[in-house]
Amino acid sequence: MNLTRPLLIRAGRLLDPAAGRDEVADLLLAEGLVAGIGGTPPRDVEVFEAAGLCVFPGFIDLHAHLREPGREYAETIATGLAAAAAGGFTAVCAMPNTEPVNDSRPITEYIAAKARGEAGTRLYPIGAITKGQRGEELAEFGEMRVAGAVAVSDDGRWLSDGSLLRHAFEHARLFGIPVVQHAEDSTLSHGAPMHEGAVSTRLGLAGQPAIAEAAAVARDLLIAEVSHGRLHVAHVSTGRTIELVRGARGQGIAVTCEVTPHHLILTDEEVARSGFSTNAKMNPPLREAADQESLIAALNDGTIDAVATDHAPHHEDEKAVDFDTAPFGIVGLETAVSLVHDRLVLSGRLPLTRFVEVFSSSPAKAFGLPGGTLSPGAPADVTLFDPRRRWRVEAARFLSLSRNTPFEGWELTGAPVATVVGGRVVWRRMDG
Amino acid sequence: MTPPTLRSKDLLGIEPLSPEEIALILDTAESMSSIGQREMKKVPALRGRMIVNLFFEASTRTRFSFETAEKWLSADSLNFAAKGSSVEKGESLLDTARNLQAMSPDLIVIRHGTPGVPHFLARNLKAGVVNAGDGAHEHPTQALLDALTLRRHFGRLSGLTVTITGDILHSRVVRSNIWLLTKMGARVRVCGPPTLLPPGIAEMGVEATHDFDAALDGADAVMMLRMQLERQGSSYFPSTREYFKRYGLTAPRLARAHPHAVVLHPGPMNRGVEISSEVADSPRSLILEQVSNGVAVRMAVLYLLLTGHSWEGDA
Repeated sequence: MNLTRPLLIRAGRLLDPAAGRDEVADLLLAEGLVAGIGGTPPRDVEVFEAAGLCVFPGFIDLHAHLREPGREYAETIATGLAAAAAGGFTAVCAMPNTEPVNDSRPITEYIAAKARGEAGTRLYPIGAITKGQRGEELAEFGEMRVAGAVAVSDDGRWLSDGSLLRHAFEHARLFGIPVVQHAEDSTLSHGAPMHEGAVSTRLGLAGQPAIAEAAAVARDLLIAEVSHGRLHVAHVSTGRTIELVRGARGQGIAVTCEVTPHHLILTDEEVARSGFSTNAKMNPPLREAADQESLIAALNDGTIDAVATDHAPHHEDEKAVDFDTAPFGIVGLETAVSLVHDRLVLSGRLPLTRFVEVFSSSPAKAFGLPGGTLSPGAPADVTLFDPRRRWRVEAARFLSLSRNTPFEGWELTGAPVATVVGGRVVWRRMDG
Repeated sequence: MTPPTLRSKDLLGIEPLSPEEIALILDTAESMSSIGQREMKKVPALRGRMIVNLFFEASTRTRFSFETAEKWLSADSLNFAAKGSSVEKGESLLDTARNLQAMSPDLIVIRHGTPGVPHFLARNLKAGVVNAGDGAHEHPTQALLDALTLRRHFGRLSGLTVTITGDILHSRVVRSNIWLLTKMGARVRVCGPPTLLPPGIAEMGVEATHDFDAALDGADAVMMLRMQLERQGSSYFPSTREYFKRYGLTAPRLARAHPHAVVLHPGPMNRGVEISSEVADSPRSLILEQVSNGVAVRMAVLYLLLTGHSWEGDA
């Protein structure tokens, strides 16, 4: 099946935290797997010169919206996966809020088949918890699992029905998959367009209080505990949420969580600074500096398992409206890795090893995905990264169909330069 | 030293203004106010300039006030109300802006229910933009007319203690007034029921309390905000009766303020909800002066933004 020649990634800095490896070595990939490290390569190989580059286990994004089927004007599976590859990701998990919702086997199969046809970054579908994400009756987890679903989630809609969530946790145990919750008690948040605090007060915008997230997480943790469920909290954003997750871990509750680059790097001041730019509107909203500190500490101490993009493409026309009306969300696949490297690793706030973990082995473990290491026998998924390359974010050059980023014009140091999936280079940086 | 003009092509709020710019607008309004006293209420200052009044939200006094100011300055104006317009037919804000631009207006006066819409237009239009109220964010010309009213009465703004009471959470008037009064050296107290005092309001440089009597103590001016009656029965407060008992301005309550204290209200008033008729109609009420000063302030803003130089009189 794999007719490509073996690929030798030569003389890069091999950084594989899961295997405890950090050395300059040659990496040999053959037949879709890691074939060896160091040693004498076979004669007939393709060579990728990686001197001066970092060679990481393929990066995995647990949270992306690829919009297909249904909103192909904003993103397609093809463009979303191309954007992922250009962002250094070898795998992305696709949220089910498509149109129709991915709540049944034929839709999961459709998405998986489309992705296979692209032969690039891997796509792992996430199925809906409830039919139509309506929060009323469970979707067929088993059928979706057979078609490749790796988790279930009602995504933007917090499953507020306690019994239903309990049953979802219990049912998901049959398939060993986590239940992913977007934690937001809408009776507290009212869908407000930004975080509630001094900035929303100054700007006169309605605010979502931090407890709208924390209160939802607290309840979900209690239900996960009694039902022995596996809870994954999507995009945690408040210090209070972190305390709850940390406490639950201590009590042995099976909980994992992720954080987005924008919650690590921006605060609610961005709404004011940008003059009400709708690219500063996302859900959960950008929080306060104290929350940001908690998130960074939690990313370091392991309370947060993964950095996930919450890549949410929207067409320019959808965002060119007033702040209340604009949809939530920003694109993130093509900026995530560089942003975290530039703002956290280079500033000394996140060790390089932990940076690699939270993008590779740790998300793989959270969702039980293959990869996350470059040990022999592991999938030949590799992220090649140039830690010294300086570049400027220009949305017009994104491979994503959408341009809704608050990071336009940012100068960043560190960039993915090539992405290898199954032993094949699926993307390579072309510009100077 | 007052600068000769304003730095921006737009008036989006009081927050970005310097104290000198605020003083310039007030001084200009002062000298323009005589235009309204004449038999012939018109000067040719803005002849040939086109101003579009774009009101996405209902407004009577603000719109009439801008229109009056435009007429007295001889500008051509167009009125656009959202009802029955293409906006109601689903036109995007950006398209609205582009269509307006195609008609080459010199200035847009806009009111909209969402904060930031004037900023959006200002970024996308060559024309200047005046914010006539954006959601609960700012209403700069209201704060300027309040300031003109207070300055005319007291001869200064610096050192005054101004108590603003009512629905602080949803009020754009209060935010613009906080910026203006604190920039000009006044002390501001804001007061309302805890459900209507937004978090972090004190970070805007004011004292915040839900004790109305304490807030009135020794105040030079009391500004009452309109209680939006549609909020009655929501979880903000149970009834207007309960509200009036604690936060309505009555004559005995006003006695707690400084003996020379004056009363302001941006209108429209709900008599018996936030203010008693006795107070509203008393000699201490400057409410109708506010309305007259509104035209002067708006003439000053339009003139300064459109001509880029100070007013030398029309003689």
